[in-house]
Amino acid sequence: MRVIPIGAETGIQADASGCDEESGVVQKVNMPLVRREFLKGTGILFGSIASGSVLAALAPSNAWALELKTLTSDEGKVLMAMGRTLYPHKKLPDAVYALLAKDLDGGANSNAATAKLLKDGVASLNKAAGGDFSKLTHDQRLAIIHPMEDTPFFGKVRGQCITSLYDNDMAFAAFGYPGSAWEKGGYITRGFQDLKWLPNPPAEASPPPFLG
Amino acid sequence: MAKFDYNDDSVVVVIGSGAGGGTLSNELCQKGIKVVCLEAGARQSSASFINDEWKSFSQLAWLDPRTTSGSWRIAKDFAGLPAWICKTVGGTTTHWAGASLRFQEHEFRTRQVYGDLAGANLLDWPLTLDELEPYYAKAEDKMGVTRTNGIPGLPGNNNFKIMYAGAKKLGYAEVHTGRMAINSQPRDGRGRCMQLGFCFQGCKSGAKWSTLYTEIPKAEATGNFELRPESHVTRIEHNAEGKVNAVVYFDKNGNEHRQKARIVCVAGNSIESPRLLLMSASNMFKDGLANSSGQVGRNYMRHMTGSVYAAFKDPVHMYRGTTMAGIVRDEARHDTRRGFVGGYELETLSLGVPFMAAFLDPGKWGADFAWWMEHYSQLAGMWIVGEDMPRETNRVTLNTNVKDKWGNPVPNVHFDDHPNDMAMREHAFSQGEKIYQAAGAIRTYRTPPYPSTHNLGTNRMSAKASDGVVNKWGQAHDINNLFVSDGSQFTTGGSENPTLTIVTLAIRQADYIVKQMKERAI
Repeated sequence: MRVIPIGAETGIQADASGCDEESGVVQKVNMPLVRREFLKGTGILFGSIASGSVLAALAPSNAWALELKTLTSDEGKVLMAMGRTLYPHKKLPDAVYALLAKDLDGGANSNAATAKLLKDGVASLNKAAGGDFSKLTHDQRLAIIHPMEDTPFFGKVRGQCITSLYDNDMAFAAFGYPGSAWEKGGYITRGFQDLKWLPNPPAEASPPPFLG
Repeated sequence: MAKFDYNDDSVVVVIGSGAGGGTLSNELCQKGIKVVCLEAGARQSSASFINDEWKSFSQLAWLDPRTTSGSWRIAKDFAGLPAWICKTVGGTTTHWAGASLRFQEHEFRTRQVYGDLAGANLLDWPLTLDELEPYYAKAEDKMGVTRTNGIPGLPGNNNFKIMYAGAKKLGYAEVHTGRMAINSQPRDGRGRCMQLGFCFQGCKSGAKWSTLYTEIPKAEATGNFELRPESHVTRIEHNAEGKVNAVVYFDKNGNEHRQKARIVCVAGNSIESPRLLLMSASNMFKDGLANSSGQVGRNYMRHMTGSVYAAFKDPVHMYRGTTMAGIVRDEARHDTRRGFVGGYELETLSLGVPFMAAFLDPGKWGADFAWWMEHYSQLAGMWIVGEDMPRETNRVTLNTNVKDKWGNPVPNVHFDDHPNDMAMREHAFSQGEKIYQAAGAIRTYRTPPYPSTHNLGTNRMSAKASDGVVNKWGQAHDINNLFVSDGSQFTTGGSENPTLTIVTLAIRQADYIVKQMKERAI
């Protein structure tokens, strides 16, 4: 699969100069993109990042697409919808939920039992929906998912959400987490004690930093 | 670095290179003793540490299979990961946050002070704070602990500002940036803290004390030390007289080796150390080495823990700067009017977005969880660490149904909270919430304990051989050339982060071993 990273490797610096910034901004956004002519898989998920969002500002292109190797496009969309139902974030574009589908697909591709678990689970969601689960409203989806909370399918998808949705550069940017800081010299001169809405502790409780 | 022959039976073999094993190795080498240190993990460095939570976890954490049982929530949420400790040169001193607090006087005699608590196996330590104080002083100097030896405290970050403001409004007196083994100014050839944030992921500036880049290179410089990384010990052997005489281990290529030894010191942390003694059972020691008391693996303690996170209407950026940036010590006292024995510390803590998602409330989902993640940059956090009650039934055993890659039974960790632990946790949660409310929190959250980082007590010290595994020097009651050199020798846990006391005991143990060797007693 050809992967085109969204976001230039350089030129975007996390702005940590003040405590009042909207969010930290990270450099790398590794959003895989595939071109149709390279597709050999079973499905494809694609979409675009809304222009004007903090993430769009990082990306050279708003369009994204990714290939599935075992699951179908429709199955991928249902899993994305399930992810958004479990962890609903207006701040996160579909591109992040697509990472969930991609990671689950990766598991399905390497393990037949996982593939069956996911395909059967998706089928049960669609059955309960009386059609396409991903087309339902948030509340309708919630009502279907709640009774499934103790199933292995639910556990598999929910557990995967934790790393797929929250351990990626787009989530970092959306939630204001700059990640690694040593490359920038840490925070000793970059705002580790810049909170201004409370008084500073006295020096005996919090001595001044040693700056050589 | 020296190189010793497998058949050299004059060496001291130290198993583990963390706070206990790394310190003991260096102390022995400085006194001219030859040491072979067997470390299960690989050697990293400040340069190779990764400031990415999950990647670092894969690099440093002990991920060999383990199982869990009992009513603790870890058994449900992290069934295969009872502890968050390390398999790497330097052990968990790569991961620790640096808090270095002395035990309080009464915490060495809890059976006497707390009384006979039902369901608790309290016992007084066979030593006193008085006896340990000179060694505490040596440990603080070695580690460069702030607010000792004229070393200034660290500067507090935003997370600490909030703790301080709230705690002072509540009337707490002892609130400051802690006693930390993190350089607030250059010392001992290492630079000062750059407030990088990722203390748990290995300190990339080397400001935080870790045996990896202090004790171990100092030991290597003596010419008396051989470190063998990626050496997984599976058995300690003994001779016909019942003295230990060799250690069997697998190297990284899966080849088995037998290193002969004059003395063996076990410092594999409180899960692996008792496991190793149990796995070394023989015809002479049918219940495992040093286990005539039946106490090996029992009295497993993990500290009473939990966290409180709070959301504010304004930004905090708690991830900036030291992870454990400040402390409230007032609740560490013993005062039964609060409804429990023993006490607890409140220490700031911060997690990145990936680990916040994993640990805020494991298994939780829905709009409320999402709300907390979306307020990440407005969160402050603190960790609760308090004394938990030793219980005979909280224990590490061999799970013969599950084997590791060397074909050995994996350790099972069983834990049930004692009612005292639950009462203390409830109190601490409530006080933590009050601190944040006093500082203006819009919401607070009670986060359950993480997989255990403070694992203690499974080879306890005792005055009498029938009550415990080792004597006041960490020397096995049953086998005088076998020592325990890590936190598993703690008789009880105290309310303080244990590393300083582990290092203190290791320095003291080294003195004792040298004396015993000179006297030809061992």
